[in-house]
Amino acid sequence: MAYALQQLINGISLGMIYGLIAVGYTMVYGIIGMINFAHGDIFMVGAFVALISILLLIAGGVMDGPAALLLVLAISMAFTALYGWTVERIAYRPLRGSFRLAPLISAIGMSIVLQNFVQLSQGARVKPLEPQLVGGFEVMREGDFVVQLSTMQILIVLTTLVVLAVFTWLVTKTPLGRAMRACEQDRKMAGLLGINTDRTISLTFVIGASLAAVAGTLYLLRYGVIDFYVGFLAGVKAFTAAVLGGIGSLPGAVLGGLLIGLIETFWSAYFSVQYKDVAAFSILALTLIFLPTGLLGRQEVEKV
Amino acid sequence: MIARLVAAIRDAALATVVAFGLFVIMVGLRTEVSPSGALFLQQRWREIGLLCALVFVGRLIIALWEIRPHSLGQSPRRAAFTLKLAQIFAPALMAAALVLPFVPGVDRYWLDLGILVLTYVMLGWGLNIVVGLAGLLDLGYVAFYGIGAYSYALLAQYYGFSFWLGLPLAGILAAFWGVLLGFPVLRLRGDYLAIVTLAFGEIIRVVLLNWVSLTGGPNGIGGIPRPSFFGLPFNMSGEPDTFAGFFGLEPDPIHRVIFLYYLILALALLTNWVTIRIRRQPIGRAWEALREDEIACRALGINVTTTKLTAFALGAMFGGFAGAFFATRQGFISPESFTFIESAIILAIVVLGGMGSQIGVAVAAVVMIGGFELFRDLQEWRMLVFGAAMVVIMVLRPRGLVGSRTPSIALGERKAIGASHVSEGRG
Repeated sequence: MAYALQQLINGISLGMIYGLIAVGYTMVYGIIGMINFAHGDIFMVGAFVALISILLLIAGGVMDGPAALLLVLAISMAFTALYGWTVERIAYRPLRGSFRLAPLISAIGMSIVLQNFVQLSQGARVKPLEPQLVGGFEVMREGDFVVQLSTMQILIVLTTLVVLAVFTWLVTKTPLGRAMRACEQDRKMAGLLGINTDRTISLTFVIGASLAAVAGTLYLLRYGVIDFYVGFLAGVKAFTAAVLGGIGSLPGAVLGGLLIGLIETFWSAYFSVQYKDVAAFSILALTLIFLPTGLLGRQEVEKV
Repeated sequence: MIARLVAAIRDAALATVVAFGLFVIMVGLRTEVSPSGALFLQQRWREIGLLCALVFVGRLIIALWEIRPHSLGQSPRRAAFTLKLAQIFAPALMAAALVLPFVPGVDRYWLDLGILVLTYVMLGWGLNIVVGLAGLLDLGYVAFYGIGAYSYALLAQYYGFSFWLGLPLAGILAAFWGVLLGFPVLRLRGDYLAIVTLAFGEIIRVVLLNWVSLTGGPNGIGGIPRPSFFGLPFNMSGEPDTFAGFFGLEPDPIHRVIFLYYLILALALLTNWVTIRIRRQPIGRAWEALREDEIACRALGINVTTTKLTAFALGAMFGGFAGAFFATRQGFISPESFTFIESAIILAIVVLGGMGSQIGVAVAAVVMIGGFELFRDLQEWRMLVFGAAMVVIMVLRPRGLVGSRTPSIALGERKAIGASHVSEGRG
């Protein structure tokens, strides 16, 4: 029981990170209907920017307290957003309106470019960062087993909730959000009605990249080791989460992320660590076979 | 003129500002691990300056010359021209491939490169059946390649199968897995299909990596038997029952390489021949119809299930053949050879070649793999160049290198059409 509770806590904090990345996938898919394959690598870039800014702050002697963490988050979001914008501008915008596979291939190319760019500029070695946030609470004790809720996990859940709340407000209440939803429904019509669709799509990428940067920062702080390859698997799993929740649906992405996090954690805890990815992917395949539109996805009406 | 120059300079300056933002943290500050294990930062201002200058100059040139992406459509005249070019080029390429081992100056290095390129040509043609003809987006093709390689390696290791027995079995087993994967994904369309096939590829790789008792895990399988020339082994002894001895040649390790070269050439041509023949059969036409419009297919009474499954199975079978060849050529395989990046490269070859075009796929494989090899001296830069090339080629030619098609079957004269008029399928 206590063991299961601990896994639940771990699973939720991991799932939140997946959820944040998944939102970026689902937004881009919703608005231009393509898999942004480089998104996982944007997440990786976010983690690296956070790492470097933490090291800078440590060197400057100001790395402590929540203000410093907020600063790290802000730096990471700003610079990663620039990456998101550039990727869209270089690799996707010229292919707007082209046939469906072209942006996918250029996205895969961009993913390779980002990975190797970081490998070249930051080195291929794994970067270990000593824990910046220690401590936590004891939730429950059962015999020798102590259920821990660490400060870091609380931070992950709180940050994610705050970021998602801001994001939801942005999408539902602001003119930008309205423009985004309009583009999602019918890009041509939105353009006719005076929405600058190119700008809206760019901003979608910027927002998606900043969410990925938040995820990257949290990932770095929680796990403490990153390398240039960390984005691939996280990206694939986050995309799995987006599909599981129903691609195009924002709450679905978060729900899918949580589910993938929980499945992965429980599978590693009770069955085998090696096959945790197999578990996540099998669940994906099963969901799609029985629920082809995902959990919260809209049923697509086929028009002839 | 002056206004254009000013605009170009402003454009380039803006790009440089963005580039500075991109590089100031990621390039300017390098994280290094000190001997004590702690991280520290190393400043590199010179590199930033260099990169920014490069971006400025590059952007200025692009802005001044107005290098613009090609228009998406292709005129019928240009399509016809490409076709004529392809008609001349294809036999030339074929002839060059046939005589390559006997061209003076072609040594072991070139033959090995030729084998590598041909392997990718074959994989591209195999995947072309699934993606280019049937319009099913498969991101996990490398799984079948891996299954073929491991099938042959395991059969050889546990049951002592020779290459010529293992080759068809590897193909059949891969085809079987293709059907097995095909069943659950029949209902999926487009990108859902892509992600499930990707997941399938990863599952296969993870299983190969972790099932240590069967596959040896990350250590892989070694000592895979080499192919024989119709029962005559290649070795250095010069006995009458070896290849060199039987034909009265001086024993030379190059014999095996030449043999492997022709073997993969034959396998690739088999793939090509089967594809071309099958396109004229009802099943091949059903594939192309499926790519164009699935609903219309159903309405016309085409069995969508068997059509999709045969495409998956046939594509997987050729992947399996290529895998068995890979295993016998390397003599050693490990899960590392079957990562997602391989799937991405094969898919890139198919799309860059112009989906559905056989000659286009061959040219794309030569360009991509040969080009990749050209940049060997660049060491770790070459993957970066490779990825960038994928982006640039896609931006400049979204329809691939050969962007025209001829109908598989036509009344009267066959007219080439621009590929933008061909649907790419919804999965």
